[in-house]
Amino acid sequence: MSTTSLEAAPETLRTLPGDDVRQILWRFADRFDLQMIVQSTRAVARGPVARLVAEGGRNSHEWTDGKNKLFQAYDEGGITGVFLEPEFGGIVEGPKNLALALVAWELAWVDAGAATSSLASNLAYAPINERGTEEQKREYMQKQAPLQPGEKRKQFRGSFALTEPLPYVGVDTGTVGGKLRVAEWQEGKEPILQVDKRGRFITNMDVANFVTVAVDSDDERIKGSCMIIVEDTDPGTFDKGAPTLKLVHQLSSTRDPVLNLKVPASRIIGGYTIQDGLIVPNYSLSDVLEAVFRRTRVTVGIMTSAKLLSAIEPVIRYQRTRARGGASTPDTPKYDLGIQQKEDARHRLVDVWASGEAGASFGFEVARIIDAFDIVEKEKEKVLEEQGVKGARSQLRVMRKLTDEVLEYLDLKYSPEDKRDQARYQELENNTLIQYAVTEAIANVYTPAVKLWNTSQGAIMMREAVSLMGGYGITEDCPGFLCQKWFDAQLEATYEGPEAVQRRQMSVTMINPVFIALMKHWIKELRGIAARKPETGACNLATAMQLWLWVIDYLQVGKDADGGKLYTNQRQGVTFPLADALSWLLTSRQQILDVLELEEKGPNNPVVAEGLEGTVAFLTDLCHVQAARSSGEVGRICAELVFGYNRHPAWDAEGCKTCFNEDELDELESVIPGIGSVADSVSDVISKDGTHPVKAGPCARFDGLKTFTKYRIKLDGCLTGSRLAKDRASDALMHVMIPEALDYPQ
Amino acid sequence: MSTGFHIVVCAGIVPDPLQTLEPVSGPQGWALKNEMMLPACLDPWASHALFEAANLAKNVSDSKVWLVTLGPKAKVQQVMMTMAQKVPFELVALDGAANGFTDAAETAAALANAIEGIAGLDKSRLLLFGGWESASRGAGATLQIVGERLGITEQFQGVDQITIKDNGAMEILERVEGGSHQVSECSSAPAVLGWATGNLPEPPNNSQIGMQNMRLIMPALQKAPATKIGTADIAYKGIELPKQQRNTRIVKDVPVEEIAREIVDWLRG
Repeated sequence: MSTTSLEAAPETLRTLPGDDVRQILWRFADRFDLQMIVQSTRAVARGPVARLVAEGGRNSHEWTDGKNKLFQAYDEGGITGVFLEPEFGGIVEGPKNLALALVAWELAWVDAGAATSSLASNLAYAPINERGTEEQKREYMQKQAPLQPGEKRKQFRGSFALTEPLPYVGVDTGTVGGKLRVAEWQEGKEPILQVDKRGRFITNMDVANFVTVAVDSDDERIKGSCMIIVEDTDPGTFDKGAPTLKLVHQLSSTRDPVLNLKVPASRIIGGYTIQDGLIVPNYSLSDVLEAVFRRTRVTVGIMTSAKLLSAIEPVIRYQRTRARGGASTPDTPKYDLGIQQKEDARHRLVDVWASGEAGASFGFEVARIIDAFDIVEKEKEKVLEEQGVKGARSQLRVMRKLTDEVLEYLDLKYSPEDKRDQARYQELENNTLIQYAVTEAIANVYTPAVKLWNTSQGAIMMREAVSLMGGYGITEDCPGFLCQKWFDAQLEATYEGPEAVQRRQMSVTMINPVFIALMKHWIKELRGIAARKPETGACNLATAMQLWLWVIDYLQVGKDADGGKLYTNQRQGVTFPLADALSWLLTSRQQILDVLELEEKGPNNPVVAEGLEGTVAFLTDLCHVQAARSSGEVGRICAELVFGYNRHPAWDAEGCKTCFNEDELDELESVIPGIGSVADSVSDVISKDGTHPVKAGPCARFDGLKTFTKYRIKLDGCLTGSRLAKDRASDALMHVMIPEALDYPQ
Repeated sequence: MSTGFHIVVCAGIVPDPLQTLEPVSGPQGWALKNEMMLPACLDPWASHALFEAANLAKNVSDSKVWLVTLGPKAKVQQVMMTMAQKVPFELVALDGAANGFTDAAETAAALANAIEGIAGLDKSRLLLFGGWESASRGAGATLQIVGERLGITEQFQGVDQITIKDNGAMEILERVEGGSHQVSECSSAPAVLGWATGNLPEPPNNSQIGMQNMRLIMPALQKAPATKIGTADIAYKGIELPKQQRNTRIVKDVPVEEIAREIVDWLRG
C-alpha cells in the first residue's frame, strides 16, 4: 500500500504590503502622529497632486495657478506644519526627520516635484533651525506657520540659495560667489549689510518671501563666510529670476534669482560677534551646511525609493492584463497572467521591487538615526559646555581622546549579555559623548550613502520599471506616471550635492575607526542572522562585508604598479567605487534587519498576523535577491581595485620569470613524470623556439592576495540559493492580489 | 438647561472600494478573501453621517459627537488615522468582525448595548446617525434596529439635510423617487437619521483635530471589548459580487439637450 504525503503549498505574499506592514518595517507602528501625517499627505498626493499631473500640469516651465494651489493643499493637509514645533501649530514633538521622510515618501509616490516643493521650505528653514539664534528660530517658524481661520498675516515660504551660476559651486563650498559687504555701520548701531547673490536652480522662488543665502565676505570688516536671511521686502532687488528650463520636477518652482539687498547683520544665521572691529559670524557656511545636509539629504534619497515601490502595482496590473481584450479567452493562462507568464518579466520586476525595499529600509533607518542624532547632539553640546569645552577644535580633541572607550563600548555592546562586564557596559552606555561618537560615525556615512545609493541606483532601476511597461511606459498615459518618475530620479541624484559629493564625503568618513569597528560587529551579527535564517542572504552579505573590509585595509597601504599610493583624497578612482560598494552593503543589511523586525513584531498585530508568514517569506526572498546583487557589485568593485592597479605581466624577461621553458620541462619529465602535460595549467610555457601562448602576457599572479582570493571565491559560493529565492519571489508575483485600479489620481 | 444634541454616529469599516473583493467560505463562515489585509476605510455612507453630525454639533451649542464602531480594532485604528483628522468626535469601539456577512440584528444589539453604556449620554437629546445603506452589504437594517432597541421611534432614512428651526424642531429632508425629497418636521430628539450623501463635502484633514481626537481614540481602542458577532450560523444561499453594469455608447455631434433628454427618459423608464 502506498502512502501519499500531502504538503501544503508554502505561504507566499497574498496582498501588496499595506500600511500596517510598513509601519512595523519602518518602525513607526507606535507613532500615531506619524501615521496621521502619512494619511493626510497621501490624500494630498493622490488627490490634488495626482490630478494636476494627469491634467498635464507638468508640461510647463512656468509657474501656474495649478502649481501654486498645491501650497494651499499642503497647508490644509497639515503637510506644511510637519516641521513646526507644537507651539506653532505642529504635531510632532521632538526630531522631525522621520516625519519629513514619510512626507517625502508619500508625495514622491505620485510626483517628486510636489515633494520638492513641500520640502524646499523646510530646506530654507533648516539653516535657521540647525544653527540659527533662538530669536531667528522663533521668528521664522512663526512666519511660516499656516494661517489659522480668521488670522490675517502674510504667510512666509522660503528658498535655500546655495547653487550659483559658476560650475561646481555648491560642491566645493570653499568657493562661493555670493558676496557680503558692509553697507552702513554707524557707531553703536547694528551694521547694515549688503547681500549680493545670483542663484541658480533655486527651488520655490515663485512663492518665496525669504531666502537663506550662502555668501562669502567681500569686505575686510567681515570675517569668512556665512548664511544670511533676506526677505522680499528688504530694500534692494529681490528678483525671482528666469525659470529654469528643466525637464523634471516640473511641479516645483525653480528659478535663477538675482538678490541684491540691504539687511541688518542680525540676519546672519546663528548671529555674530564683533571682534577687533570685525564682524565674525558665529557659524561659517561650512558649519551650517554640514548640519543642514546631514538631515535634508535623507529625504531626497527616500523620494527615489518611493518611486520604485510605487511602480510595482501598475507594472503587475499592466503585465497581468496585457493579453485581455484581444483574442485570449478568460480562464486561460494568457488571459489571466498576460506577460507575467514570462519569467524574465517577473524576474526584472523582482529586481525593481528588491531595490525599492532596500532603499526604503535604508532611507527610513537613516531618518531615524538622524532623529537620534538630533537628540544626542544637543546633549553632547550641553555636556561639553558643562565641561568648559568651547569651539569646534576643542570639541574634536575631546572626542578623539574617547576613541578607545568608544571601541570598548562597541565590543561590549555586541557581546552576549552574560559574558560582558555589565557595569562597565552600562557606564559607557550612559556616557553621552560615547553615544554621540557612535551615532555621528554612523550618520556621517549613512547620510551620504542613502543619498548616493537610493538616487543613483533608483534612477537605474526606475528605467527598468519603465521598460517593463513596454511602449506604454514612455507615454503620459502610463499609470503611475512612471516615465516622469524615471526622469525625476535623475534630478534627485543631483539635488543637494551630486553623487560625487556623496562619494567624497564617504571616502573620508567610512575609514573612521569607529565605523570600521561597527562593520566588524555587523559581520558577526549577519552570520548570526544567517544561522537562524539562511534564506535572507545574510551570510552572503557578511562575506561581502568581510571582503570590503579587507580591501579597504589593503588599499590604504597598497600602491599601484608605479608606486603611487592608492587610497588618497585625489585618487577618486579608488575611493569612490569603494563608497559605492559600501552603500550596497548598508542598504542590503538594513533591508534584512527590517524584515526580521516584521517577523518579530508582526504577530502582535492581528491585521499583519493574518498573512504574515507569506509576507515575511516574500520579503525575505527579496532580501536574498538584493544581497546577491549587492555582493556581486562589491565583489566586482573590489576585484577591479585590487587587481586593476597592478600592471599585467608582458612577454618580457620580467614577465616570463614565472613561466616554464619547454626545455626545463623535458628535463623534469624524467624526475616528475607527466609534468609536461599539466604545466600549462599552473603557469605559462615558453616553447623551445621562444614562442608563447597567444594572449596579452603570462597570467597575472596573486602573490600576497591569497586572503582576497579566498574571500572572493567564498563570496561567489555564498550566492548559493539566491536564484531560487528569485524564482520564489517571481512566482509570488503571479498570485499576489492587487486592487482593481490604481488609487490615483483621485 | 442644556439644549444641545448628543449625536451618536454608528459607522462600520469596509474594504477600500478599489480593492479586489472575493467572497470565500471558511470555518468561521463567509468572509472576503484576505479581508484583514486589505486597506479599509470608514463606510462612505456613515462617513457622510459623521460629517453632518460634526457640522450640526458645531452649529448647535453644547452638542457632542460620539462615533460608535464595531470592527477589528487594529483595522479601526488604521482607519482612525484618517478619520480622526476630519472632525472632532469621541470614539466608542467594539472589537469584533465587520466583514459584511454578519447579521444586522446581532450587530445592532452590540451597538445598542455600547450606546447604552456611554457615560454622560442624555438619551432625551440623542440623535442616532448612521448610513442609510452600507458599502459592505446594503441591507440598510442595522441602524433601524439599533434605534428600535434604544426605543427611538422617530426614524428617517435616506436623509440629505437637517435644519434646526428657531423653535428647536428639526426639518429633515429624506430622499424619495425622482430626485425629490420628502420634508418632515420632528419636534425634538431623540430620533434616528439614516443618511444618504448629505450636502457636505469631505472636510480637509486637520492635524490639530487629529491630535485632539487621538488622545481619546487610542485609549478607547485599547479598552475596546471583544464582541462576538459570528457568521458561522448564518447560511447564505448564494453570494456573488455585483456585476459591473456599463453600457457605453459613443455618439458624435449630438446636442447637449438631446443627450440630457435621453438620460431623463432613461431615468424615468
